[in-house]
Amino acid sequence: MTDIRYTKEHEWIRLDGDSATVGITDYAQSQLGDIVFVEVPDEGKAVTKGAEAAVVESVKAASEVYAPVSGTVTQGNAVLGDAPDTVNSDPAGDGWFFKMTLTDASELDGLMDQAAYDAYLKDCDA
Amino acid sequence: MKAVADTILSVRSKPGETQVPDSAANDTLLTTPLDALHRSLGAKMVPFAGYSMPVQYPLGVLKEHLHTRAAAGLFDVSHMGQADLVGDDIAIALEALVPGDLQALKPGRIRYTQLLNDDGGMIDDLMVAVPVDGATNRLHLVVNAGCKDKDYAALQSALGDRAVLEKKDAHALLALQGPLAASVLARFDADCAEMPFMSLRPVTVNGVDVVVSRCGYTGEDGYEISVSLEDAEALAKTLLDQPEVEPIGLGARDSLRLESGLCLYGHDIDDTTSPIEADLLWSISKRRRAEGGFPGDARILKEINEGTSRVRVGLKPIGRAPAREGTVIETPEGDAVGVVTSGGFGPTVEGPIAMGYVASAQAKPGTRLHLIVRGKALEADVVAMPFVQQRYYRGTK
Repeated sequence: MTDIRYTKEHEWIRLDGDSATVGITDYAQSQLGDIVFVEVPDEGKAVTKGAEAAVVESVKAASEVYAPVSGTVTQGNAVLGDAPDTVNSDPAGDGWFFKMTLTDASELDGLMDQAAYDAYLKDCDA
Repeated sequence: MKAVADTILSVRSKPGETQVPDSAANDTLLTTPLDALHRSLGAKMVPFAGYSMPVQYPLGVLKEHLHTRAAAGLFDVSHMGQADLVGDDIAIALEALVPGDLQALKPGRIRYTQLLNDDGGMIDDLMVAVPVDGATNRLHLVVNAGCKDKDYAALQSALGDRAVLEKKDAHALLALQGPLAASVLARFDADCAEMPFMSLRPVTVNGVDVVVSRCGYTGEDGYEISVSLEDAEALAKTLLDQPEVEPIGLGARDSLRLESGLCLYGHDIDDTTSPIEADLLWSISKRRRAEGGFPGDARILKEINEGTSRVRVGLKPIGRAPAREGTVIETPEGDAVGVVTSGGFGPTVEGPIAMGYVASAQAKPGTRLHLIVRGKALEADVVAMPFVQQRYYRGTK
């Protein structure tokens, strides 16, 4: 089963079996503008739901990316080191930030599904 | 995801500073006469120095920056403070408050200088110009938006009845910057192309009377254009209709000036930094260095002769991570020796750049230092500024 969930801070997390992939949404990349630097976590790093897990910087601002759920990083996206603008061009695909295992899969239940996130975006732009 | 550092929107507030907070509620924000035009162009508007200003247009900061370096960009800088200082022998009177040589300034010429406090710190940096007709009782000033009120108060308090300050609240200010700015403006008045750098003259652009100054804040050739509020939008539209010109927001304005090594008041210079610490000695003439006669002259003349304990330098991170304002600078041995005052990504440099203050012993170009970013020490070298060669107009010879 593939299921994408969203945070209020505009991260997405896609569950594939026991593993999950994390990135930032198209809305997030459009708000940031031209992304010039991304720092992803190393394999084996423990991340905590709602705490900083990665960094993304545009020309004008630095932002923290939060872990949507708690768990352990299994892979950071090495492509983003040399091509951070991949996050602009393909935020939901090749621009993923890191893969992780989940400590408690039930934490996903507290996140928004696609319909809820779409409704939330309307409020963000209001 | 949450922004933790924003180059454009952060204004450090310090005790005793009267800068307008950028977080001022939206309903109290001032607007420029181009407000409707910005919105129709799809600008993202942000609060800046008490004004609602365009931070970027749909092109985005990166492309706006590169377009300005390649062609020409139009900036709304109407938030800046324009005023005339009027009084007998006004150049002599104002020299008591700034270290710039105003008496040597010829008719229609502009000088960059700094308004100083009694300790030799900078209340603001500003442009001062002598009118085209050479009148000795009038100077044109352009000051920073966030400093207007304290500047005007300082000027009036120091000059008393020797001078009257005439605020030009009925004027907007546009900047046309970039290597093609001269050919754009020459389309309306051929003589604009030959204006010397740091000079001004009255010009008519498409039927609109304006005053054009050949200066700017991007390191490129270009102009600042003072225009009445009622004519500002028509002028902006005329210039935007030229194929070389794109509208450029505050985001690119900041990355352009950083690449050019230019100071941003409230960040790279403030009321504690002297012009010598800020590496602005070039703006003080031989006569003024010899005579003094400006606030804090004892400190500043001593610093000219004996050096300073800290100095503003350029910093080039070795890796790709930008170091933002406030980043601590250490020696490779881990001794704190300074702090970053402006930092980010230089689109033309294609990498991170920064400026900041370091202990003078560490200020030599080539010195390897560490920038402490998110707890990690990132290597950086002290480098000479500007990061991108300035391309001001120096005549056709």
